[in-house]
Amino acid sequence: MDLTTVSGLTEAVQAGNRRALARVISHIENNTELAMPLLTALYPRSGKAHVIGVTGAPGTGKSTLVNALAGVYRRNDLTVGVIAIDPTSPFSGGALLGDRVRMRDLAGDPGVFIRSMATRGSLGGLAQATADVIMVLDAAGFDRIIIETVGVGQSEVEIASAAYTTVVVEAPGLGDEVQAIKAGVLEIADIFAVNKADRDGADRTVMALKMMLNLGVPEKFQVMHHGRMLPVNLPKAENLPQGWTPPVIKTVAVSGEGADTLFEAIENHRLYLEQSGGRILRDRLRAATELRMILRDYLLEDLLARTEPATLEALVEAVARRELDPYTAVRQLVSENNG
Amino acid sequence: MDRKARVLVAKPGLDGHDRGAKIIARALRDSGYEVIYTGIRQTPDMIAEAALQEDVDVVGLSILSGAHMALVPRVIEKLKELGMGDVVVLVGGIIPDEDVQALKDMGVAGVFGPGTLTPEIVETIEKALGRELA
Repeated sequence: MDLTTVSGLTEAVQAGNRRALARVISHIENNTELAMPLLTALYPRSGKAHVIGVTGAPGTGKSTLVNALAGVYRRNDLTVGVIAIDPTSPFSGGALLGDRVRMRDLAGDPGVFIRSMATRGSLGGLAQATADVIMVLDAAGFDRIIIETVGVGQSEVEIASAAYTTVVVEAPGLGDEVQAIKAGVLEIADIFAVNKADRDGADRTVMALKMMLNLGVPEKFQVMHHGRMLPVNLPKAENLPQGWTPPVIKTVAVSGEGADTLFEAIENHRLYLEQSGGRILRDRLRAATELRMILRDYLLEDLLARTEPATLEALVEAVARRELDPYTAVRQLVSENNG
Repeated sequence: MDRKARVLVAKPGLDGHDRGAKIIARALRDSGYEVIYTGIRQTPDMIAEAALQEDVDVVGLSILSGAHMALVPRVIEKLKELGMGDVVVLVGGIIPDEDVQALKDMGVAGVFGPGTLTPEIVETIEKALGRELA
């Protein structure tokens, strides 16, 4: 198969060719000229996988837990694609992607495909590239896709919106329950894993989370999952899936303890979403978010391409010297280019 | 294309001395590469498969055990089997002078011993990838 053409790559990806899959992901990450035709060709083939987001503060043991969890999926004869995201250095533009170190049990298994991604620091771009790579793994036929992210900041919420089930990993001794509220994890978590549960203080962490959940659950669905208001036609309020209380599960990822329970909780949540119509709802929310993000990028690029660099420069200068406010500057730019 | 290359840093074989590999991984990150670090005790199969999944441009092997003449050709062979024959392979560690040429004859683009400075490695990578240094 010709791995330099869109049709060759698309066919090979669907035939399970791992080299082709890796190449396609690179095209998308690097936004080459093949990226868009590939996405167009593969999109109709996607939509079958259950996407699981795993997030949490550095050092909570996310990678090790993903390793254990993927192992359980494999024992249940389900294939797993893993996307492990680590930050790009803002200084050098380089990145050290080290999640594979903890995932060595998965090496050599043709039912597992692991790809490390750097955030590459582009605003909003991470979420989009991640969503696209999820779609590619989905089209390649993986049953479950696990995305592992570093749990800090707004991008987490965006990535959580790409997942059907979000697992927030906590560990004992990382701070009191106020930290959990501040970090906003209550809103995005479908399941909590208290990892390193063999350590002192695990029960206290479990208790604190459960207490916060009791306060937070009733309004959960309205605030979760997008981090921005979306003017989409949602199903009527009475159809909103209610009644999912995030379970809090103790795990010891290094020994695999609790991984089976976590697997069951994720699969329960998957069934819950399917039966309650939540999956359809999430698909629509995601489509709405995705369309808006792509539209924003597209319009921005389109407008900038049609704007004389000198015009833009003059406006930037005027705003910097406070002769013009940035909002008026933007309106000028838009109206000039629509004339 | 200003895209930074992706580099896999791996330690094949059974010695567990990974400080050198970690320092190189860090130095390459600071030079702007996306470095995928796989850790110690990797088999040639594991390294080649990781290189494939990560679609890397460069594979850096750190070997301090003396087993380089056995391990390096097996990694290269595996990479070729997977259609990754065009990946740039570098070797770092304790490599006797008389083995350096033999490794290069197998297709290794650079062999680096203790005390190598990062710019030298960067230059080798960029040259092997056919790119001009800025």
